[in-house]
Amino acid sequence: MADTAVLASKTPMAGGKPRPGDTALALRLDAIDLPQGGFTRAAREDAAARLAAMGLPGARDEYWRYTDPAPFNAAKPEPLAYTSRESSLFGEIDRLKLVFVDGRFDASASDALEGEGLEIQTLAAADAAGEHWAADLYGKLETAGQTPVKRPFAVLNTLAAADGVLIRVTGKVSRPVHVMYRRAAQDADVTVHHVVRLEEGAELTLLETGGIGARSNVVIEVDVGKSARFHHIASKRADDAKLGIGHVFARVGEGALFKSFTLSVNGSMMRNEGVIEILGDDAVAHIAAAVLGDGSEGRFHHDDTVFITHAAERCESRQVFKKVLKNGADGIFQGKILVKPGAQKTDGYQISQGLLLDEGSQFLAKPELEIYADDVKCSHGSTTGALDETAMFYLRSRGVPKEQAIVLLVLSFLADALEEIEDDRLRDDILDRLDEWLTSRAAN
Amino acid sequence: MLEIKNLHVKLEDEDKQILKGVDLTVPAGEVHAIMGPNGSGKSTLSYVLSGRDGYAVTEGEASLDEHDLLDMEPEERAAAGLFLAFQYPVEIPGVGNLTFLRTAVNAQRKARGEEELSSGEFLKIVREKAKTLQIDSDMLKRPVNVGFSGGEKKRNEILQMAMLEPRMCILDETDSGLDVDAMRLVAEGVNALRSPERSFLVITHYQRLLDHIKPDVVHIMSNGRIVKSGGPELALEVEKNGYGDLLAEVG
Repeated sequence: MADTAVLASKTPMAGGKPRPGDTALALRLDAIDLPQGGFTRAAREDAAARLAAMGLPGARDEYWRYTDPAPFNAAKPEPLAYTSRESSLFGEIDRLKLVFVDGRFDASASDALEGEGLEIQTLAAADAAGEHWAADLYGKLETAGQTPVKRPFAVLNTLAAADGVLIRVTGKVSRPVHVMYRRAAQDADVTVHHVVRLEEGAELTLLETGGIGARSNVVIEVDVGKSARFHHIASKRADDAKLGIGHVFARVGEGALFKSFTLSVNGSMMRNEGVIEILGDDAVAHIAAAVLGDGSEGRFHHDDTVFITHAAERCESRQVFKKVLKNGADGIFQGKILVKPGAQKTDGYQISQGLLLDEGSQFLAKPELEIYADDVKCSHGSTTGALDETAMFYLRSRGVPKEQAIVLLVLSFLADALEEIEDDRLRDDILDRLDEWLTSRAAN
Repeated sequence: MLEIKNLHVKLEDEDKQILKGVDLTVPAGEVHAIMGPNGSGKSTLSYVLSGRDGYAVTEGEASLDEHDLLDMEPEERAAAGLFLAFQYPVEIPGVGNLTFLRTAVNAQRKARGEEELSSGEFLKIVREKAKTLQIDSDMLKRPVNVGFSGGEKKRNEILQMAMLEPRMCILDETDSGLDVDAMRLVAEGVNALRSPERSFLVITHYQRLLDHIKPDVVHIMSNGRIVKSGGPELALEVEKNGYGDLLAEVG
């Protein structure tokens, strides 16, 4: 898996001359009001040095083969006109609401930062302090996730993040924490960085919804302690984060559970990376996504890149990625399972599927397995196809109109990914939203 | 009710004629059976009538209650009262059987300008009908046909038929893959739906099913045409002597 393009880009200032990318990086950094940082200062300084060494990615980097990093490299995003619209998703569920407007915490719109078994602060508020529990994690999981491939935008995030939420969970918290993003400025270039630590036996569900900015860069670092359970459900909807890159870095301890599900509906260019390291025996890590892309509203390009490392025995990992694409939309999946020496009895599974509703759309998949233990069960599958004609006919022969039959079959296609949401209420909310969205534009 | 005149059908993508002039009339309230050897065009006839893609009608016509069937989309034919019970019912993972049924019932009601059933009304009716077909609530909740046995799939087809209350029911080899008990259950379900306003076209290879669903008329199909029609005794003749003698007789 040695990758010459990436290795080459690691050599800074080859021949003493700055590479074109260095100028781009300088311009990129110039456009950001870099925070000084309190407890994060060391992590930010380290990030600055690492970023200077690795530079921004180029189109020739293998890891960016299917997605052009240029829009993320640009100094500023294109300003975006949009209609401000409150997401009602999960509105009926009792949850702790944290509102971020253009990436800044809005205390007046949020619930009080308290709850049984929870210790919550915002990054901006906490960062004035010299010491904080999050200092052990901020930028640390991100740094660990830089091997073997570089993820420069995550480094940039550690360097530049002005706000985010820091959550320490000490008990079984039944009330989900809901990060609600809102947009105000048309040219908001948003960088947020969340840190979550679940202590032994703790439980938390983290929800993320709403439009983050004209361009967004989100990092979530999650440390799931022994026997802890963490659920993450994100919904990125139409006209939300037109241009977005996100990284979830997770470390999963003994007997712990990590589950992440992302719904993406439109957006012009999105890249979501999941980097999960299973360090304790008997742990479980699942990551799933349902993606609906319609290229008719401008460009649609959606890239899911996943890297799961098994470094312990008897662990289970599961990747389920489903993309429905039409009107010239592009769906990308790069997924890898690395089983380290000694990670015996690993059960690793990966499925990526593209459903193409027309000839102009494409789904590109790059599944990889790298296994250094001899007693493991790992499988992967990838398919790309159109709607099943027989199933279409079956539904229509029962009187279901064509447009409605397509909606049912799309939901059927996405079912495996949605099943990854354990909580029935949350899953039903997502399903209702999907159904509504699909039905409202079935004719296009 | 169902009128088929001189129907010629070929495969859309190949130059292969399958139906070569089918004439058939099924009056209201009657049960007609179509028997015939493999490849005679029985299933094609059922697909063409219900509007499946992949076939081209080159000549002839087909109508239901004087509506031109061949001019309608499959869902319009269903709303007009046509129902096809599939030989191989399709599995639809992730879509609950009840959701599917309710979507279908209400889509047809809407197409006919009738009021949609509320969730409560629908559940009451579906539970009642499911009970007589020995379909339990677990089967209703499961995804459509996923993990169903052969018998369960066919009973599920009959449940759909009972819920949709079509005027014209086509059963395409509904007896295939069924054991004796399952066949009796399916036949009872069909018989319960018999009425002076409803007709049936039962496609089968074997006389067995016709012991349970008594036909008024039996047609023999061969090489894309109906070559002989008669009473229930025709089915017994086939069972006894096979198609060979019969077909030799009609030349």
